[in-house]
Amino acid sequence: MKFSPRRLVLTLAAPVLAVVVAFVITSLVLLAVGDPVAKVWSTLLSEPRPRTLVNIVNSAITYYIAAVAVAIGFKMKLFNIGVDGQYRIAAFAAALVAGQGWLPGGLNIVLAMLVAMLVGGFWAGIAGWLKVTRGVSEVISTIMLNTISAGLVGWGLRTWGTRAEGSNTRNTTEIPESSQLEGLALVADAPNRVYTLVVLAVLVGIVYWFIINRTRFGFDVRATGESESAAVASGVKVPRMVLIAMIASGAVAGLISMPAFFGADHSYGLNFQEGVGFIGIGIALLGRNHPVGIAFAAVLWSWLEKASDGLQLQAGVSPALVYIIQGVILLAVVIAYEVVARFERRMEQKQVTRQLDTATPEGASA
Amino acid sequence: MSTTVTDPPSAAGNATDLAVEVEGITKRFPGVIANQDVTFAVARGTVHAIVGENGAGKSTLMKMLYGVQRPDEGTIRINGESVSLHSPADAIKHGVGMVFQHFMLADNLTVTENVVLGAEKLHGIGAGARAEITRISDEYGLGIDPRDLVADLGVGARQRVEILKVLYRGARTIILDEPTAVLVPQEVDELFGNLRELKREGITVLFISHKLDEVLSVADRVTVIRRGMTIDTVLPQDVTSRQLAELMVGSELPTPQTEESTVTDRVVLSIADVTLAGAGRTVLEDVTLDLHAGEVVGIAGVEGNGQAELVEVVMGMREPARGRIELEGTDISDWDVRRIREAGVGYIPEDRHRQGLLLDSPLWENRMLGHQTQEPASKNGILTNAAARTDTERIVREYDVRTPSIHVTVGSLSGGNQQKLIIGREMSHAPKVLVASHPTRGVDVGAQAAIWDLIREARREGLAVLLISADLEELIGLSDTIKVILRGRITGEFDPDVVTSQELGSAMTGAGKDAS
Repeated sequence: MKFSPRRLVLTLAAPVLAVVVAFVITSLVLLAVGDPVAKVWSTLLSEPRPRTLVNIVNSAITYYIAAVAVAIGFKMKLFNIGVDGQYRIAAFAAALVAGQGWLPGGLNIVLAMLVAMLVGGFWAGIAGWLKVTRGVSEVISTIMLNTISAGLVGWGLRTWGTRAEGSNTRNTTEIPESSQLEGLALVADAPNRVYTLVVLAVLVGIVYWFIINRTRFGFDVRATGESESAAVASGVKVPRMVLIAMIASGAVAGLISMPAFFGADHSYGLNFQEGVGFIGIGIALLGRNHPVGIAFAAVLWSWLEKASDGLQLQAGVSPALVYIIQGVILLAVVIAYEVVARFERRMEQKQVTRQLDTATPEGASA
Repeated sequence: MSTTVTDPPSAAGNATDLAVEVEGITKRFPGVIANQDVTFAVARGTVHAIVGENGAGKSTLMKMLYGVQRPDEGTIRINGESVSLHSPADAIKHGVGMVFQHFMLADNLTVTENVVLGAEKLHGIGAGARAEITRISDEYGLGIDPRDLVADLGVGARQRVEILKVLYRGARTIILDEPTAVLVPQEVDELFGNLRELKREGITVLFISHKLDEVLSVADRVTVIRRGMTIDTVLPQDVTSRQLAELMVGSELPTPQTEESTVTDRVVLSIADVTLAGAGRTVLEDVTLDLHAGEVVGIAGVEGNGQAELVEVVMGMREPARGRIELEGTDISDWDVRRIREAGVGYIPEDRHRQGLLLDSPLWENRMLGHQTQEPASKNGILTNAAARTDTERIVREYDVRTPSIHVTVGSLSGGNQQKLIIGREMSHAPKVLVASHPTRGVDVGAQAAIWDLIREARREGLAVLLISADLEELIGLSDTIKVILRGRITGEFDPDVVTSQELGSAMTGAGKDAS
């Protein structure tokens, strides 16, 4: 797309508008219940301490991959609600394999990631296959598969997990030390480190951008998302694309927990972070399915979350306030995108008519 | 305007008792004028038909009468009173109701529940409503039992429920959008019986159709619409179905001229005994036709007689139940769309907005659509955007696509320019066959002439063109051979040099048995 200042302004208008609306509404809520408005915002917006900053980045890494997984489906108008189940079952399978330490160090990590992608892709593929062959809505099937995956993982943990001395929870075998990633000291003065697999998130973003925007396959995906009937007439086999897109979405979903797994957890157990798939839906929406937009949205999301920890202590307000902010941002952003898109379309139509009226005086002969 | 029909007695009769008057209605959409200066009047207690080809602007007009859309110019008067309708609720308030082609009924609810849905205030939802439904049903002879489950009803009965629904809401004028499209002949007769009953009780019916024989048998007045304009209002006893068809299709448009024949004896595309089964009936039956290099074969037929399906089968979007399609001797019957397009079949789809373009994407991305596997769109699976852009510039220049740049969305262009882009794109891949479905539908007259020129040029260059059109002048002017399709069968073949619109029109409706 050719760069134009107007397009840039319009692209940024919607998310900025949404955040502003969220700011106003949240302030009104705070006023209504008599909480200190100024104090809340100064707490949320103050510069985070180095330690918190690292936490923000780390959780943004996880959210970023989740949002890209969702965005792949969105590009084809597929609503993959099942990212949550896909990454859970993938993470468990990867933890089982990695715990065995069949391969040394780095290779073990690569193997685990491959397993995670395979399992995640397979799990999402079930929903894709059901949609293609039986017309089952992916919304329904993925949400069912979420529940099934939770049950399966619970059963698997009982079967293959071990209980550490003096603990009453089960974990998978811890991965060998050679496969544990120490992290990158990107933030000065921080006692903790950024996950090494931030590299993975960046890579996922780049590959996603390249495939969608620069390959023929990506063109087919976009065409299908924009107009299925036009895609069919252009020779796209839509059922096949649905299946591939679901599998790809699931494969990326499989990678969600990898940075945290190799960087901090080292085994699958009680401290596994749940619900990331659903957070990914919101972030993909806010980031407009764009690899850079998603990055900003992921950082904003985890910033709000981490900054909320201080609310109770410093402002005496429940950290749950952040859920209100996030919820309002999402509602507002959906509306704002639609409003801006309509405005943009009308502007362009007017502009085209105007330019043609003035620019083609020889228009008499046809 | 009309040439064959005597001066219409439209203003005559009981002019004081008009249910609906439409005057000077104009409605524009970006790039398209849907209605232009439409004027007609409907007398109370009559069945008034609005006829016109698909895309002529009938539906937009009806939507304006029903408050779904608002006219840019002109006035609508209902019962002599000038109204401004903002919503269907407004229309109902003024006694205008509409029955859509696709029924809006909940299968798992009873007739009563369906009827009262959204109109609970009128007679409640219980015994009162049931009594009212029975009363209406008896009064107009609709034969509807309020306790029936809609799922158990046939298509004809469902339509009567829809009619009952609008009567229940107090409508005195009912708009029926293509009501016979979904009915079998017996049900059509039944419906016409109901309409006469309604008329007797003083209800006014606006009947939209393009089936001329039906219109002539049931309507008291017929208004013909072509290219968004009212052409004429006639009395059915004054016209024949042929004359009506002529009015609908028109004859004063810029006439395409056939040139010296370029037809060779080399068969490029051969369709043999193709049969396609649809829901409950055969949509195509033993269709056989050959396209030679340098030949334009026109398919004439009333909309919905299998033309669209024939195109879909040729393009590989549907698999024929029987028969063979060969492209230069290679059987392509079971190839998919992409392979067929790559093999050199260009495609101008019937509905460019739905099938030919990505409206929110820029021109140059639309240049790739349908050819994304070929240069200049991509190479080894990687898009070559720069090459596609350069080539789009060339198409814009050579095919006279009026656009400020190749970076604007294609949806902001006018219909004619969109179509020129599509034709330019298809012609850029050296096709052997061009399947052109209604290539000039919804484009302005200037672009129409340009598109005709392009098709003629394609023919000169040795392409085989399959031309499907509802515009008989276009068919006669461009084709080397015209085949008539009726109920999925090729029923006649005509030489465009000697055939007249009238002859074609009667062959299309199956009226003239002497056709072939």
